[in-house]
Amino acid sequence: MKLYPHNKLTYNPSLTRNIGNKILTVASAVFAAISFLPLLFVISYILIKGGSYINFETLILEPEPPGDDLLSAGGMGPAITGTFIMTVIASIISIPVGVGGGIYLAEYSKSGRFAQFVRFGSNVLAGVPSIIAGVFIYAIIVSTKILFGSMFSGIAGGISLSILMLPTIIKTTDEALKLVPDNLRRAAFGVGASKFTMISNISLPAAFSSISTGILLALARAAGETAPLIFTALFSRYYITSFDDLFYEMGSLSVLIYNFALEPYESQNQLAWAASFILVVVLLSLNILSRWINTLGDFPKNKV
Amino acid sequence: MLLRVDKATTSKFSLRKRPTSEKLVDIGFKNIVVAMASMVAVVLFSIFAVVYYESTESISRYGLRFLFSSAWDPVTDEYGAFTAIYGTLFTSIASLLIAIPLGVGTAIFITENIIPEYIRNIIGIMVELLAAIPSVVLGLWAVFIMEPFIRPFLNIIYELFGFIPFFGTEPIGAGMMPAILILVVMILPIITSISKDSLNQVPSNLRQAAYGIGATRWTTIFKVIIPAAISGITGGVLLALGRAMGETMAVTMIIGNSNNFSWSIFAPSYTISSMLANQFGEADGSQVSSLMYAAFILMILTLMVNVFAQWIVKKLSLKYQ
Repeated sequence: MKLYPHNKLTYNPSLTRNIGNKILTVASAVFAAISFLPLLFVISYILIKGGSYINFETLILEPEPPGDDLLSAGGMGPAITGTFIMTVIASIISIPVGVGGGIYLAEYSKSGRFAQFVRFGSNVLAGVPSIIAGVFIYAIIVSTKILFGSMFSGIAGGISLSILMLPTIIKTTDEALKLVPDNLRRAAFGVGASKFTMISNISLPAAFSSISTGILLALARAAGETAPLIFTALFSRYYITSFDDLFYEMGSLSVLIYNFALEPYESQNQLAWAASFILVVVLLSLNILSRWINTLGDFPKNKV
Repeated sequence: MLLRVDKATTSKFSLRKRPTSEKLVDIGFKNIVVAMASMVAVVLFSIFAVVYYESTESISRYGLRFLFSSAWDPVTDEYGAFTAIYGTLFTSIASLLIAIPLGVGTAIFITENIIPEYIRNIIGIMVELLAAIPSVVLGLWAVFIMEPFIRPFLNIIYELFGFIPFFGTEPIGAGMMPAILILVVMILPIITSISKDSLNQVPSNLRQAAYGIGATRWTTIFKVIIPAAISGITGGVLLALGRAMGETMAVTMIIGNSNNFSWSIFAPSYTISSMLANQFGEADGSQVSSLMYAAFILMILTLMVNVFAQWIVKKLSLKYQ
C-alpha cells in the first residue's frame, strides 16, 4: 500500500499556486502603499509648507488686494470668520430639517412609499455635484435679489452649503434611529408616553452620539466646500462689522485659497498655503472628533 | 360575596385621558417632521426645475447640436459643450480605471490578515482622512507640488509615444493628465472605504469553507470574497464616478480651462463643472443660459450614475442574502 508522499502535505513554496499567491499579496501591498503615499505627501506639504507661513498677523489681518504690496499679502482673519458664519448659517438650516426628516423616516414611516422616495431622493441629492447647488442658489436667490435686494451674500452662501449638508444628516439620523431597539419604544408606549415624548426622551437620546457624528461629518464637508460659494457668497476682504454685512459678499477660507492660489504673486500663494493649513487642521480635527464621539456612546453604553 | 370597590380606588386607577395639549403637540410634531422630510423632495425637484427653466432658451435654440459642437463664442453667440462633455467623461472614466485596482487592492490588503491589525487600521483611517481634505486644497497641492513633479515623466512619455494622438502635445503644465491624477487621489478614499466595508461584511463562514477545501488565499478572494462583496464594491465605484464627474475645484485649478478640443491628454481641456466655475460669475445673456444647459447635462449624467448605482446595489445584493 502506497501512502501519500510526505511532501504533498507540507507547504511547498515552489508550487505555481503558492508563487502566484505571493505575487498577488505583494501586489496588494504595493497598491496600498501607492494609495497611502498621496495622503502622506498632501498632509506633510500642507502642514510643513502651510504651517511655516502661519503667524499672528496672517491669522487676524485682512487680506491685501493682489499685487498691491508684494511683500505681504495680509492675513485671513475675515475668511476664517466668514467660513465660520456661513457654516453656522448652513447648520441652522440643515440640522433641524435633516434631523426632522430622519425622524420621519425612522419613526413614522419605516418602509412606506413616501419614505422610500425620500430615502432615494436624499441619496440622489447627496450625489448632486456641489457646483450645481451653487448654480441653483445663484438662480433663485442671487440673480432674483430675493433677500432684500442683496445679490451675493453670506446668507446665500450658507443656504447653498445647507443643501450639501442635508442628505448626510438625514441619512445618518435615519440609520442611527433604526439601530435603537424597538423594546425601548414599546416600553415607553407601555408606560403611557405619547409618540412625541417617546421620540424626544427615548429615541433621540439613545441615538444622540451617532447623530452628532453625522452632523460633524456634514459640517466638515460643508466648511471645506468652495464650488457653491464662488458665485453665491463671492469673496470679501473685510471683516463683517454689523448684522447687515450678512447680506453682502463674504469671504471664506476655501475661496481665499482658490483666488490666491491662481495669483502670480508669491506672497498671495503663501497666504493660500497658510489658509490651507488652517482649513485642513480644522477639518481633520472635526473628523477625528466625530470618530471619537462615535466610539464613545454607542447604544449599550448610553444611560437609557 | 361581591367584591366591593370603593370610589377612591376606581378614580385612582382609572385610565387618564390624554390632555388635548399633549395630543396637539403629538400631531403638530408629526406634521413638522413630514414637512421636513418633504423638503428633500422639494429641494431636489426645484434644483431640476430651476436649472431646466434657466436653460430652456439655449435648449430650444441649439437643441442637440449643443452636445456635438465645441464652439464657445460670446461674440457670435455660438455655444456648444462638446469639449467640456468629452473632458468630463474622459477624466472621470480614466481616473476611475486607475483608481479601481488601487482602491480595491488597498481594501483587500487592509481586510486580509497579511500584516498586524493595528497597522491595517491605521492605513484604513488615514485613507479615510484623505477624503476629508477639501478639493480646493488638493487643487493647490496639485498646482504647486504634483504637477511640477510629474512633468518630467510626462515629457518622457511624450518623447517616446508622441506619434500617438493621445500623447500628441507637449506637456506644458496644466492639462488633462494632472487633472486625471488629482481625481484619482480624490476618489481613491471613496472606493477604498466602501470596498473595505463590503469586504468586511462577507460572512467568515464563506472564507473558512473555501480554505477548508484547499483554496489559497487569493483563490478565495477572487472566487468567493469578491463575488460576495461585489454589490457594495460596484456601488462604491459608481459613487466615485459620480463624484469624479461633478468634482469642480481641484480640476478647475489644474486642467487648464481651454475650450479647444484636443485628443491629447497633455493638452489643456475643460470639464462641465470647471466651465461653470470659470465663466458663471461674469456671464450674461445667452451665455448664462448655455452654461445652465451644460449644468443640466452634468446633472443628468450624475443622476444617471447615481440611480444606476442604487439600482445595481439592490440588484446584486440579493445574491448572497
